[in-house]
Amino acid sequence: MEHQPPPFFNTGPTPLVRLLIFSLLSIALLVTDTQFRYLETLRQITSVALYPLQRIAAAPAGIAQRIGEFFVTHDSLRADKTRLAQQNAENAVALQQLQVLRAENAHLRNLLGARGQIAVKSMLAEVLYAARDPFSRRIVIDRGSQHGVQNGQPVIDHIGVIGQVTRAYPWLSEVNLITDKGHVVPVQNLRNGTRGILAGTGNDGVLEMRFVPHSADFQNGDRLVTSGIDGVYPPGLPVAEVTNVERNAAYPFAGITCRPLAGVNNHAQVLVVSAERQLPARPAEEEKPVRAKKSRRSG
Amino acid sequence: MIYPRPLASQEILLPVKSSFIFLTLIGALLLNLLPWSGWWLWFKPDFVALVVLYWCIEQPRKIGFTMAWLLGLMMDVADGSLFGQHALAYSVIAYAAIVLHHRVLRFSLAPQMLHVIPLLLFNDLIVLGVRLLAGADFPGYRYFIGSFVAGLLWPLLSALLKLPQHPRSDPDHV
Repeated sequence: MEHQPPPFFNTGPTPLVRLLIFSLLSIALLVTDTQFRYLETLRQITSVALYPLQRIAAAPAGIAQRIGEFFVTHDSLRADKTRLAQQNAENAVALQQLQVLRAENAHLRNLLGARGQIAVKSMLAEVLYAARDPFSRRIVIDRGSQHGVQNGQPVIDHIGVIGQVTRAYPWLSEVNLITDKGHVVPVQNLRNGTRGILAGTGNDGVLEMRFVPHSADFQNGDRLVTSGIDGVYPPGLPVAEVTNVERNAAYPFAGITCRPLAGVNNHAQVLVVSAERQLPARPAEEEKPVRAKKSRRSG
Repeated sequence: MIYPRPLASQEILLPVKSSFIFLTLIGALLLNLLPWSGWWLWFKPDFVALVVLYWCIEQPRKIGFTMAWLLGLMMDVADGSLFGQHALAYSVIAYAAIVLHHRVLRFSLAPQMLHVIPLLLFNDLIVLGVRLLAGADFPGYRYFIGSFVAGLLWPLLSALLKLPQHPRSDPDHV
């Protein structure tokens, strides 16, 4: 016969029932998150609750860094100053040439009737931490939608592209690095203009070109820059350097491995770039709208 | 081999305050949110899982699934991982801990570690399974190192979290 405990011993459902409830809830969340993108609001709310903790946790590293900066030796400061002055002089020459070239370029474009180039604006952001998820390559920066960061914006350092904003929270943003598995950047070979798609492999410092035929002209040491045909990355940003080209007839495509140019993993400051680009209006009468944006599936 | 707790030498502990449990969980979350990087990341124990496990074993009535689940969601947002993977894993280890707590508490600290490490590994396995299903690559066996580190931290954690429960010595008795 069933034996009912007195009401004051009743503590609700048994652990097994609770486990089932919470597991089902989690699985529902997982499925919704992987298949659809309905949960962004829930994520935003959780992120707001978590924000103070994230800032507190990031604080000790910042303080340690500041203390470290305080104890810099005179020598290293002088060396830095000399190096920067030299760099500045070199850059000044390039800059003067750039002004001339830009004027010339604008003139030529006018003559050809081509559209003007993209105006690029950038915003400086601090890297708060690298996300601790061992399955993906991500960093979290301290600028969010409140500062004007939007999903999809490219993130660069002073050398080249390091990634792309995948989720903008109110005061923070998640940046997928170009080395993340499943992250792709449309690129162009600087030497000869061959276009291709550069994908991350999930390993630090290794990128690979996808779907490149054996006949394509790629050599070791070729520099790859963004091609800009995706409408996400402004054209001409350095991305990677070809380190190995393998043409094996057993595979349908050439195996081209590259190394990212920018310090993908070791920067405290990065630039979030917003490229304002006037795309021609989308033709209205299309049977099947093709998404112009490249897919950004977060793995 | 059984190492029963020496009951006679055990002093009677004060009851745990719920606020203290909450505070330790926030502390664990903070430790998890520290900017771990490089090799440290591989040795990083999941502090939240460890503390959730501790309280579910010591005080299964004071902390439950809701707390474990919410902490899991927070970890998911902080790591930018799939929404619900940590929530699922934490709920499962909370269940295991609640079911096993009578058994685990009868052992001394060293055999307790032998219970805790498999539970933490199971936690890792759930997260791994979810990510593999979602299409990620296996990150290598070093992925599991953190759980062993966490298991080794168990005696320390257990001593630390019991500190406020020790009865204060009588001030008149000095």
